[in-house]
Amino acid sequence: MSVLQALDLGLAALVLAVAVWTIFAREAFAAVVGYVAYGLLLSIVLVRLFALDVALTEAAIGSGVTGVLLIGAAARLREAEKAAADEQPSEPQRFWASVLCVLVTLALAGVVLSLPDPAPTLAPEAAQKLAGTGLGNPITAVLIAFRSFDTMLEKVVLVLAVVGVWSLAPDRYWGGAPGAPRAARPESTLAFLAQLLPPFGILIGIHIFWVGADEPGGAFQGGAILAAMWMITMMARLTEAPPVSSIWLRLALIAGPAVFLATGVAGVAMASGFFAYPARFVKPLILFIEAFMTLSIAVTLPMLVAGPPRRLPRR
Amino acid sequence: MSLVLDILSIMAICAGAFFFFAGTVGLLRFPDALCRLHALTKADNLGLGLVVLGLLPRTGGLLASLKLLAIWALIQLAGATAAQLIARAARRKGPAP
Amino acid sequence: MTDFLLAAAGFILFTVAVGLIRILGGPSNADRMMAAQLLGTGGITSLLLVASATGVHGVEDVALGLALLAAFASVAFVNSAAPPEPDDPQ
Repeated sequence: MSVLQALDLGLAALVLAVAVWTIFAREAFAAVVGYVAYGLLLSIVLVRLFALDVALTEAAIGSGVTGVLLIGAAARLREAEKAAADEQPSEPQRFWASVLCVLVTLALAGVVLSLPDPAPTLAPEAAQKLAGTGLGNPITAVLIAFRSFDTMLEKVVLVLAVVGVWSLAPDRYWGGAPGAPRAARPESTLAFLAQLLPPFGILIGIHIFWVGADEPGGAFQGGAILAAMWMITMMARLTEAPPVSSIWLRLALIAGPAVFLATGVAGVAMASGFFAYPARFVKPLILFIEAFMTLSIAVTLPMLVAGPPRRLPRR
Repeated sequence: MSLVLDILSIMAICAGAFFFFAGTVGLLRFPDALCRLHALTKADNLGLGLVVLGLLPRTGGLLASLKLLAIWALIQLAGATAAQLIARAARRKGPAP
Repeated sequence: MTDFLLAAAGFILFTVAVGLIRILGGPSNADRMMAAQLLGTGGITSLLLVASATGVHGVEDVALGLALLAAFASVAFVNSAAPPEPDDPQ
């Protein structure tokens, strides 16, 4: 067995071990730490599978943003843990639930292992048409050029998610600011980090968005990194979460899908149809759309983590 | 010349791996949270730093080398700040060591 | 040379994973945060070694993103140790 194969096997075993431990962890906090570790290992696995864009997304979203979300939830649930403990399912229920999970896993493994080889795929055709888009990264071409309508709908789903989160607020708080996760007291170390890290983070985030046209990267990954930088400044209490009624926040949230949709509709007049791009401007148009998508994602993710408004609106 | 570079790389990477090993041993065996933190920061800084040093001759170009150095600088920053924050959290929880 | 790099990557990853035992045991949450931080740094190191060995292009960007978010996760963990702020009174 070559060194590479041994490394891959070790990595797979490690991922399984961390996953199993996360399920059986006693406290919510320990489980969240295990989940973040699992996300990190998963992004290494994805690099080994040559899926670099997905690895970047997993690192940014799985380890970063979702980790913060889960930790905030766990901290809030600590108060309700007594009530939650009373609602534990009984032993037979848990046994049959685990049997069901094992059966589903076996079925999935069976399906994956019995796929025809080579698997049916559109990848060669997409690769052939890649030159027409002027892009070097096939993932970006698929997302923004070949199935652009789906991608736009995904961004609309993000906006709907924010609306859903905001609607959880009691009426009296509507229009106020969310109580973003933040330190109890302003701390100098945290403030130092929040002043030093974001300039580089913003630079790296924009670089990853820009480079996504030809290399692994793209709007989603760049936007997630920008979102993490904004969240750090909020956590260090250098800035406050904006009130949900602020105009610029709402404009930034819808900018991505709105520009995407407008470009798609304009394609009816200026190119060959709905969501078609005029042949000479494909790459600049794609970058233009991606820029607004990056902005939207950078604003949406922190708002999802910040949660519903919990401050009274200022008059 | 490339043989000399290869040998230097191997030495640097072995040293880095040793520091990771030492850091883990410290994390597992030291009696106190703050002692363990000390071991962790050594592994962070020196382990990654030596490996990055060993990988620099093998990168393809200036931008990739700068990225490697930027990764090291970011982890240094993150490690130092996290060490301070974790130490405060550890002190808040239990009696002062 | 590539075999050596891969072996080093495997060694570092395995060593750091043993540190995950601290997540398992860890008498306090601070220990768990430390083990997660070590796993993060070790993971990035292994990633760089594997990338240099297999010649995959663009892995430095993934490692850069991971490095950027290492501090972010630690900050979030430490913040969660404090009790959450109460909502504004009516």
